[in-house]
Parts: sequence; structure tokens; C-alpha cells
Amino acid sequence: MDAQSGHEVLVDVAGAGVKRDGRWLVEGVDVTIRKREIVTLIGPNGSGKSTTAKLVTGVLKPDTGTVSRKPGLRIGYVPQKLSIDWTMPLTVRRLMSLTGSYPKAEIDAALAATGVAHLANAEVQHLSGGEFQRALLARAMIRKPDLLVLDEPVQGVDFSGEVALYDLIGKIRDETGCGILLISHDLHVVMAATDTVICLNGHVCCRGTPESVARSPEYLSLFGARAANALAVYQHHHDHTHLPDGRVEEADGRIVEAHEHVHEHDHAGHDHA
Amino acid sequence: MLDDFFTRAIIAGIGLALVTGPLGCFIVWRRMAYFGDTMAHSALLGVALSLVLQVNMTLGVFIIAAAVAGALLLLQRRQTLSTDALLGILSHSALAIGLVVAFLSGIRVDLMGFLFGDILAVSVTDIVVIYLGGLVILGVLAAMWRPLLAATVNAEVAEAEGMRPEVTRIVFMLLLASVIAIAMKIVGVLLITALLIIPAATARRLSATPEQMAVISAGVGALAVAGGLFGSLRFDTPSGPSIVVAALALFLISIALPVQLWRARREA
Repeated sequence: MDAQSGHEVLVDVAGAGVKRDGRWLVEGVDVTIRKREIVTLIGPNGSGKSTTAKLVTGVLKPDTGTVSRKPGLRIGYVPQKLSIDWTMPLTVRRLMSLTGSYPKAEIDAALAATGVAHLANAEVQHLSGGEFQRALLARAMIRKPDLLVLDEPVQGVDFSGEVALYDLIGKIRDETGCGILLISHDLHVVMAATDTVICLNGHVCCRGTPESVARSPEYLSLFGARAANALAVYQHHHDHTHLPDGRVEEADGRIVEAHEHVHEHDHAGHDHA
Repeated sequence: MLDDFFTRAIIAGIGLALVTGPLGCFIVWRRMAYFGDTMAHSALLGVALSLVLQVNMTLGVFIIAAAVAGALLLLQRRQTLSTDALLGILSHSALAIGLVVAFLSGIRVDLMGFLFGDILAVSVTDIVVIYLGGLVILGVLAAMWRPLLAATVNAEVAEAEGMRPEVTRIVFMLLLASVIAIAMKIVGVLLITALLIIPAATARRLSATPEQMAVISAGVGALAVAGGLFGSLRFDTPSGPSIVVAALALFLISIALPVQLWRARREA
């Protein structure tokens, strides 16, 4: 299959379906996530992406088919929607120990890794969309999970922030070796680090590497020809990294301000603002 | 010292406030104020039934309040009516059935006593029940604090990360039923929710973490009980409502305070 096939299977969803009020939300879904693998679910609204993610995390039980998890599988979860009632006083630091307690140093390190260390004592209700997503990502990864499930982790984040977050997600995988299930509502953004793309529309339309899915007729008929071009966005090798504070780290290690950094990619398809 | 009815009232009231404070925080965070009200109203049905069946009243109220909570959980699963409407139906029918049962059984009940409570009639046994029951409730709450808080923030995250939000929710409702059973005699069916919500709402602006809010809420409740009781002694007003009025006064003061200062210091 691919480079990941040798790694240990974390979760295996086989022929799973979820039925609500006589309607199948998803049907016949097969998803396998292995250690060190990044699986991305894409599909239109209502195609069952979040339902599939909930099957993987165990929040939903399948009405048909099976879901098997590695025994003792530790999951870190960033849900699609998380609104914290204003009546609850909750700082970012306190949010970090929501489902387990961690030493202060670990909390600071996790927040630093996602670039929100300076917000540790801020109330979560005061964060911007992007800051909150970063805090949630830090919270999920401090658990040192075997599997990270990220339901639309870049929502509310601007374009350069998106790139930085995707780079960060790739880095988390490289450094911790966890498997990652990523859900992207943005059909045009499937990152290069993704090993397997699964295209959903109530069932699995097609699957494979980002390149093969982009060329598959099912994908094209679902999203149109324009989507195929957009998919190319992330198929270049990054020679620089957008840092969370807005600066840019070049391939040779130099750190420059964003306006000093020049994009010299040989692809046409996106503009950096 | 315990011979004095006023001392007994203060001890009992503060004991209750120490429990309703932290529990009330969850009511506020989970937006369950109306739910608390519904359970409290059903307490009157519990009173009537335990008089008819001649069982212990605290136990009877607990069972009925828990049953109403269970009924709501089941009805919510069917998703036919909004929770709001379901609560309205349960709340007022339980209250009405309670009144009808009391009337039919021919038992002469001091309705005012149950609707508004009579903290000045608290006995030493009542105090023992409040403190023992309160200790158990706070103990359970402390033991399940993290999962309950996680489930309150987001049930899906809690479940995905290995917790059991459905179980914690049921346990929380049982705790609520117990505190209502204990509190009924003191502030009465109609005012229990006030003692759950107002101190918690008062504590909100003074707190930087959920844990602080729970502690401050308990303190504010105790202060309201003391203030209300002294006020009722001074102005010869009914004690239950006076406690609620004192709680309201503290709430209004908390709104008026320049709280930014407090919090800046705490977060530093």
C-alpha cells in the first residue's frame, strides 16, 4: 500500500454505518489509521466526516460493521465545535489539565510548541479563533496520545496561520510518532504531509495518496475540476516554515520577518498575501 | 448553644450553603437553572407521597426528584419536544400533582412550610442530616470533579479521552436530588434554586478558575444565610425569602465591584 503499511494499526473501522432516524449518516466506511500515519477525511458538508471521526474516537457506536481499537489506545481530540460558557472562569493553563493533570513545565512546553505560551493565563473566552485552536491542539497533544483526532483544526485561522498549523501538525507526527486523523472542511487544502486521503460522501468515494485522489474521477465529479488544481497547493516541498508569531524560518535556518521573506515556489495556484 | 433556635438555623443554613455553592456552579455552567427548578418543584410531590405512604420525607423527596430527572433524560432521548418545553411540563405537573395528592389524601399539610421552608424550626437531627449528607455530597463531587468538569466543557472530548460523561451526568443529577431533599425544609421548594444559582453567579466575577468559583460560591452562600437570618431577626421578615434577598444583595454588589483589580492580582 504505502510506507505506513508496516506500522502498527491503531484503529480499524470496517464496513461501519451509523443510522439516525431511519437515515444512514454514513454507510460502509472503512478507515484504518496506523502509527505515524496522517489520514485526512475530506468531503462536502453533511458527508459524514465528523460522524466518522466520532466512530474512530468511540463517541458513536456503529449500527453495522465494526470498530476495533488498539487496547489502551490513548486519544487526543480536538472537536469541531467547542464553546465554553462565559459563566465558567477558565484560563488556558487550566484548560490544559481538563482530562488529566500535568506538571507546569509540561503545560508550558505544550503551549510553547503551538505558539501560545504567552496566553497561558488568559481566559479562553478572550482568545481569537486561531489562538483558541492552537490552545486546543496543545491540550490534545499534552496527553501524548497514540492518536490525535483533529476535526477541522484550522477553522478561524487565516491562510498563513493555516500553513503554520499544518506544518505544526506534521511536526507533532514526526516527533511523537502518533497517528493523526485530520478532518478538513476546506477541500482545497490537503497538506503534503497527508499519507492517505479519504474522500467521503456518506460512503467512501475514493482513497489514496493526495496525488492519486486528486486525479481520481470520483473526486473530480464530487468537487469539480477546479478542485484538482487547488489540491496542488500543498504538493510542493516546504523550504521555509511560517512561525506562529508571523516570522519565517528559511531553509538555512535564518529567521526573517514575514515581509522580508520571498516566496519563490515554481507553482502557480496560490498567492501569499 | 444548640438550644437556641436561631443558632440552629444559622448552623443548618451555612451547612446547606457550603453544599449548594459548588453544586450550583455546575448548574450555572451547564445552563441547568430551569432543570434545578423542575427537580425542586417535584419535591412537593415527594412530600405529599411520603406523607400518604408514611415514609421518611427526605428519602421520599430524593426518590421523586431523581425520578423526575430520569424521566427528563428519557424524554430528551426521544427528541420530540425541546428540553425547555419538557421541563415546563414536568415542573408544573409535578407541583400540581403534589398539591392534588395532598388534598385528596385529606392530610392537613402546612403548604407554606414546604413552599418557603422554615429554617427556624430546624432540629438537631436536621443539622446532623444536613452535615452528614452534605459531607457525602461534597465528597462525591470532589471525587468526580475532573470528569464532571471535562464533561461540562465538552462531553465529546471527555468521552473520546476515556471518560464516561453519561455516568457523571447521572451521578450529578443524583447529587442534585439529594441536596434538594436536604434543602427543602430550610428554604423551601420555591427558593432552593436561588441558593444554587445566585451564590454561583456572584462568585463568577471574583474567580479565575472553576475551583476558585466553587469555593467562593460556598462562601457567598454562607454569607447570604447569615446576613438573611440576621436581617429576618432584625426586621421580623420570613427567614427563607430573607436569605434569598441577602444573596441577591451580594450578587448586586459583585456586579458593582471593580473586579478587574481582583482578577489581575489572582492571575499574576
